[in-house]
Amino acid sequence: MVFEDIIKTENLVYKKTSFMTDNTLSYCPGCGHGTAHRITMEVLEELGLAENTIGIAPVGCSVLAYDFMNIDMQQAAHGRAPAVATGVKRCWPDKTVFTYQGDGDLAAIGTAETIHACNRGENITIIFINNGIYGMTGGQMAPTTLPGMRSSTSPYGRDVETMGNPLRITELVAQLPGVSFVSRQAVHTPRNVRKAKKAIKTAFELQTQKKGTTFVEIVSNCNSGWKMTPVQSNQWMEENMFPFYPLGDIKVPEK
Amino acid sequence: MAKVKGAIVIDKEACKGCEVCLAACPTNVISMASEVNGKGYNFAYPELKEECTGCANCAIVCPDGVITVYRAKVEA
Ligand SMILES: Cc1ncc(C[n+]2csc(CCOP(=O)(O)OP(=O)(O)O)c2C)c(N)n1
Ligand code: SF4
Ligand code: SF4
Ligand code: SF4
Repeated sequence: MVFEDIIKTENLVYKKTSFMTDNTLSYCPGCGHGTAHRITMEVLEELGLAENTIGIAPVGCSVLAYDFMNIDMQQAAHGRAPAVATGVKRCWPDKTVFTYQGDGDLAAIGTAETIHACNRGENITIIFINNGIYGMTGGQMAPTTLPGMRSSTSPYGRDVETMGNPLRITELVAQLPGVSFVSRQAVHTPRNVRKAKKAIKTAFELQTQKKGTTFVEIVSNCNSGWKMTPVQSNQWMEENMFPFYPLGDIKVPEK
Repeated sequence: MAKVKGAIVIDKEACKGCEVCLAACPTNVISMASEVNGKGYNFAYPELKEECTGCANCAIVCPDGVITVYRAKVEA
């Protein structure tokens, strides 16, 4: 059988989910946002929840997530997605509700909304894309920027003495009793994509069981902001981001 | 003996040439074209077609979701 003969509907094993629209993603080539969007939609589809879900888009590069995720979406002011999600979930407790937020959105301007929604144990899922930088606005330093890491506002590298320490907000959130599940994952290799999907699946399943806030961080690249090729940025991420932001489950519900 | 063979289709015009799929392929099926697509990107294409097992690794890491994967059992 030749290659071309295998390309038949009955042999299909993978195609982009229809819960992603056919709009061209506004992301730079190789940016992890696209993969994170797609696997979030795949999980909702696999769980049979997609048609009963409301997503909250942030401000940041993923501000247009509602153009790409083919489900009901709302867009929130910068950092306010967990507050909007709170309102949406309280009005429609039977809907699956999630936010999708970058690190500038979630861990800088939106810190209060993040911490308080989690502390209230709102029954929502937060998908947190940590690329260590403000991607959309030109690669400025974020609370998550690594010590010594260059950004457009720390051109000689982040000096923790004058610029403060990076914030591991995911570990912070894991302390809060309202939060039942916290995991940190990545999406740059097939193995990581599979693990990240599993974590997102657990998060949504726990939401349907009304277990309080579930939180999945995805350590991702910003190749444009980091001024690297996509492949270089993924390697840099493994070497520099993962030691500071180690991958794995941080909090799981007691059995 | 029945053998599993795979095939991929890359949407050439939608590919952004990021090369993330290349490293994901265990059998080095994918290469980058020397010509560019309408967006000006050197696009990915399956060069070593015979080597594809249909594992879908390339498709699940493609940020733009432009790879479709097929797999069939063939008599060796
Ligand atoms: C109230 C308000 N303040 C500032 C901005 C400018 N702004 C837009 S996106 C952004 C940061 C986004 O960074 P992040 O959340 O990390 O997302 P990324 O773009 O990296 O995905 C900022 C500061 C804004 N849009 N609104
Ligand atoms: S600027 Fe960074 S985060 Fe934004 S789309 Fe480009 S690579 Fe992704
Ligand atoms: S399906 Fe697997 S073997 Fe085929 S091109 Fe993709 S990664 Fe390579
Ligand atoms: S990962 Fe997708 S967009 Fe990137 S080169 Fe491969 S096919 Fe093209």
